[in-house]
Amino acid sequence: MGLLSKKDAALITDPFADNNPITIQVLGICSALAITAELKASIVMAVSVLFVLGVGNVVISLMRNIIPSKIRIIVQLIVVATLVIIVDQVLKAFAYELSKTLGAFIGLIITNCIIMGRFEAFALANGPWRSFLDGIGNALGYGVILIIVGFFRELLGSGTLLGFKVLGDPIEKTGLYAFGYENNGFMLLAPMALIVVGIIIWIQRSRNEALIEE
Amino acid sequence: MSKKTDSNLYTVLFAAGMVLIVGALLAFFASALKPTIDENKRIEKQQNILYAMGVNENDETNAIFISKDKVAEVFSKYITKQLVIQGDKITEDPKAYLIDIKKEQTAEKEGKERRLPLFIGEKDGKKFYIAPIRGKGLWDAVWAYVGMDENMVVQGAYFDHKGETAGLGANIKQRFFMDDFIGEHLLKDDSFKGINISKSNNDPKNEDKTDNEVDAIAGATITGDGVSAMIKSELKKYVSFFNTLKTN
Repeated sequence: MGLLSKKDAALITDPFADNNPITIQVLGICSALAITAELKASIVMAVSVLFVLGVGNVVISLMRNIIPSKIRIIVQLIVVATLVIIVDQVLKAFAYELSKTLGAFIGLIITNCIIMGRFEAFALANGPWRSFLDGIGNALGYGVILIIVGFFRELLGSGTLLGFKVLGDPIEKTGLYAFGYENNGFMLLAPMALIVVGIIIWIQRSRNEALIEE
Repeated sequence: MSKKTDSNLYTVLFAAGMVLIVGALLAFFASALKPTIDENKRIEKQQNILYAMGVNENDETNAIFISKDKVAEVFSKYITKQLVIQGDKITEDPKAYLIDIKKEQTAEKEGKERRLPLFIGEKDGKKFYIAPIRGKGLWDAVWAYVGMDENMVVQGAYFDHKGETAGLGANIKQRFFMDDFIGEHLLKDDSFKGINISKSNNDPKNEDKTDNEVDAIAGATITGDGVSAMIKSELKKYVSFFNTLKTN
C-alpha cells in the first residue's frame, strides 16, 4: 500500500492537469499577470502560496464545525490575511532580499481567488489531512503555471533566467544577439502574461479533448 | 432546525475570540521578529552606502553587496565621517546613516528644517561623498544612495524601490541601469542640472558622460521620470555643501 490512497493522491495530481486552478478553473489570474515578469518572483510567489494554502486549508478544516456560517467568509479572510502577514514578517526577518523583491505581491496573496475558493469549496467540508493535500495540490498546480509563464516572460523579455544572462549581452551584441535577436519588450508587459496563459490553455486542451467545453 | 453556531450570541462571541487569538498571534510574531528585521534594515543601509562608493562584491553582471558578516567592519574601515547638514550648520554624527529620509521629508513639508545626512568615504586615496535620497516611482517610493566626488560627478549609485513592476520599473536596481550613472555629471557650467533618465538617448552605451542623461529602461517611463525628479530635487540640496568644499 502506498503512502496515499488513490483518492488522496488525486487531490495532489488533479490540480496539475485536469483541474488546474489557473488553466481550468480560471482562478488566480491576476497574480499570474502581475508577478511573472521574473522567474524568481514566480518561484517565491508559488512557495508562499503553497504555505498559505496548505496551512490555511488545515486551519479552516479544523475550525469547520465551529465557524458560524453567517461570518464564514470573514473568518476565511482573517485566516488568509493572518498567514500572509506571518509569511511577510518571516521573509523580512530571514530572507530580507527576497521579501524586497516581492514587495507588495506577498500582500496580494490575500486577494488570490484560489485560496478563498479552496477554503470554501473543500476545507469547509473535509478533514484536515485531505484539506492539506488539496491545498498543496492546488498551490502546486498554480505554481507550475506561474513558473512556466515566468520562465518564458523572463527569457524572451529580458534574455535572462533568474537574473543570469542566458542569451548573451544585448548591448555588447554577444550570444544570440550577435545574430540579430532582440529582446521582446512586450513579454514584460502584463497582457503578454495573459497570452502565454492562453497558449498553455490551448496546448492543454488540444492534448486532452475531454477538457473542451461543447 | 437551526444549528447552535447560527445564533447571534455565538457569532459575536466567536468573532471576539477570533480577534483576540489573531491579534495575540500577530503581536507575538511582530515583537519576536522586530529585532531581526531592524537589524536587517540597519545592515542594508550600510551595504547600500558602501555599494555607492564602489565597495561591493559585484560579479560580471550582478549587483552584490558586501556580505552581512563583514559589513560592520568594512563600513568602519571605509566611511571616515558621517555628517548631518541642517541649514548652514554641519555636524558629525556617527549614526547619521540611521536618519530616516522619509521622516525628514515630512518634517520639511511641515516647514521644519530638514536634516541632510552625508557620508564621507575614502578608498584608494580618493574621497567619496555619498548622499541618500528618496522620491516617488510609479507605484510607491524609490530611493537611492549616490556617491559623488567633490565636483559632483557620480562615482557610484545604488537604486532601490518599494513596489515597482518586476521586469520593468524594478530594473532600476539592476547593474545595467545603475552602472550608467558612474562618471555622469550632475553640474553643467557650474550650475546644478541633475541627471535626466532619457527615452530619447541615442547613447545606449552611455559614453557621453557630460550630457546629464542616462538611457531609460523600456516600459518604465514613469519610474524613470520619478528617478530623474528625485535626483533633481534631492541632490540639489547638497550643492551648497559642495560649494563650501571649493571655497575651502
